[in-house]
Amino acid sequence: MSDLNTMTIAQARDALRAGETTSAELTDACLNAIEAAGELGAFVHNTPDVARAQAASADARIAQGDAPSLCGIPLGIKDLFCTKGVPSQAASRILEGFKPEYESTVSGQLFDRGAVMLGKLNMDEFAMGSSNETSVYGNAVNPWRAGNSDAALTPGGSSGGSASAVAADLCLGATGTDTGGSIRQPAAFTGIVGIKPTYGRCSRWGVVAFASSLDQAGPMTKTVRDAAIMLEGMCGHDAKDSTSADLAVPDFEAALTGDIRGKVIGIPKEYRMDGMPAEIAKLWEDGTAMLRDAGAEIRDISLPHTKYALPAYYVIAPAEASSNLARYDGVRFGHRASLAQGDGITEMYEKTRAEGFGAEVQRRVMVGTYVLSAGFYDAYYNRARRVRALIKQDFDTVFAAGVDAILTPATPSAAFELGRKVDDPVEMYLNDVFTVTVNLAGLPGISVPTGLDEKGLPLGLQLIGRPWEEADLLNTAYALETAAGFVAKPQKWW
Amino acid sequence: MSIDIETARKVAKLARIAVPEERLPALAGEFNAILGFIEQLNEVDVEGVEPMVSVTPMRLPRRVDVVTDGSQQEAVLANAPDAREGFFAVPKVVE
Repeated sequence: MSDLNTMTIAQARDALRAGETTSAELTDACLNAIEAAGELGAFVHNTPDVARAQAASADARIAQGDAPSLCGIPLGIKDLFCTKGVPSQAASRILEGFKPEYESTVSGQLFDRGAVMLGKLNMDEFAMGSSNETSVYGNAVNPWRAGNSDAALTPGGSSGGSASAVAADLCLGATGTDTGGSIRQPAAFTGIVGIKPTYGRCSRWGVVAFASSLDQAGPMTKTVRDAAIMLEGMCGHDAKDSTSADLAVPDFEAALTGDIRGKVIGIPKEYRMDGMPAEIAKLWEDGTAMLRDAGAEIRDISLPHTKYALPAYYVIAPAEASSNLARYDGVRFGHRASLAQGDGITEMYEKTRAEGFGAEVQRRVMVGTYVLSAGFYDAYYNRARRVRALIKQDFDTVFAAGVDAILTPATPSAAFELGRKVDDPVEMYLNDVFTVTVNLAGLPGISVPTGLDEKGLPLGLQLIGRPWEEADLLNTAYALETAAGFVAKPQKWW
Repeated sequence: MSIDIETARKVAKLARIAVPEERLPALAGEFNAILGFIEQLNEVDVEGVEPMVSVTPMRLPRRVDVVTDGSQQEAVLANAPDAREGFFAVPKVVE
């Protein structure tokens, strides 16, 4: 059978259970596709031996009739997840050579359910970036190109490798993480589905920490159904993460009826930004019409503090990062700078961190250090946390008024060119303008591919749901996906 | 609030990141761009609003104060840049 790697998770699961293919065949198809896709820079540590061994045990399980949905499904794992014995360096030089002695809860759960790891995926260093250009491995590249141009485009970030790999059919699905939009923005840039669940749904244990009050893992897949299947495998209570929610995980796939009659969809006026490109505005209107046609009630809503989400994020996230990244000191793991005669421990810290962290990570650690420093803590950090409370209150208010989900654009533009000169770091931060509110409020959000721009690049819409109601959110996303009928794939050039 | 070169140097020191002298002016400029963006927060009326501690209203779970893990010296030291005789080795700290 050819092109097994182009299957969805649901198709592969059904084919595996029916005995029409094996995990070994699926895995080999993906490994071959990865081998031929070096130019995409998506996979950065290949683990073919691990994959083949996992595929063999998955096939044995399937033969015995013990086949959870993910059994035998080849996946890519973002480099932010610690995977036992396999390089896990958060795309940073400072973790060069680091091979964890333990497995992250999320990847461990996936493997317990029989999933196969093809390798580790590229990302922005420590998940700080929106274009995958801050990676120590070099850029991940979007499989999509604009019209007849051969300019390399960003797959978005920080989960750029995950997005590129799924869009190019190198794997059936991939793990991502999302602190300010790092699952949803790259999903939108590559025409795939990405969901960030409610804060606390997925254990953060063993996931390299960026901003602990915002970080959440989630799946990046080809369809909403696949997102439902994979999310279920990733979620669940974990005593090792004190913020992990002790709640039952619903059968997300069973919720996909496509029936959204009577659901109330909110359209927030504050997301209609000045200078919004006409095609993004049209995409949003089209998506609204699709949900209305599917029987949902469309309601104009207001989330008055939206404008302050990005500035609040750029206090809170760097503050938490400066604290989390203090552990990279050249003592316990990763890189240590070579020292000059007479250098003491302070020089070791300073040189190690200067050599090990890239420019963007250094910038954020220092901004975080500044906003937490004596005399500024109240003015910056506490003020940002107060604004964050107001942003959450905005959402609480509309949900209390009966809104079931909120529809917004996922990104302010389609994928842009790699290497575009950015002098002002704030300009890159604006990529997260539609997604970052969701992290600050701890809500579930999903990006669904819904159209192409005039150059033929994919665009996505975001649906935001009530806390813990991923099942309902996925069903609304399923209805949107069905109505949009997005089937375009990138033309293979790699 | 504008960050001068002296403040940039101090922040780099606090963050334990060696920044070469010639890089400090550009760094101060980047900080100012970011802080200028953050200044917008001053427009918000936050009177009487408590700073958010936890995004989901849940009590931090407690557990019995007992040892749950341990005796993994080898695993703990496996990734150390310099481990000797069962310890992490670092440059001399005390004269």
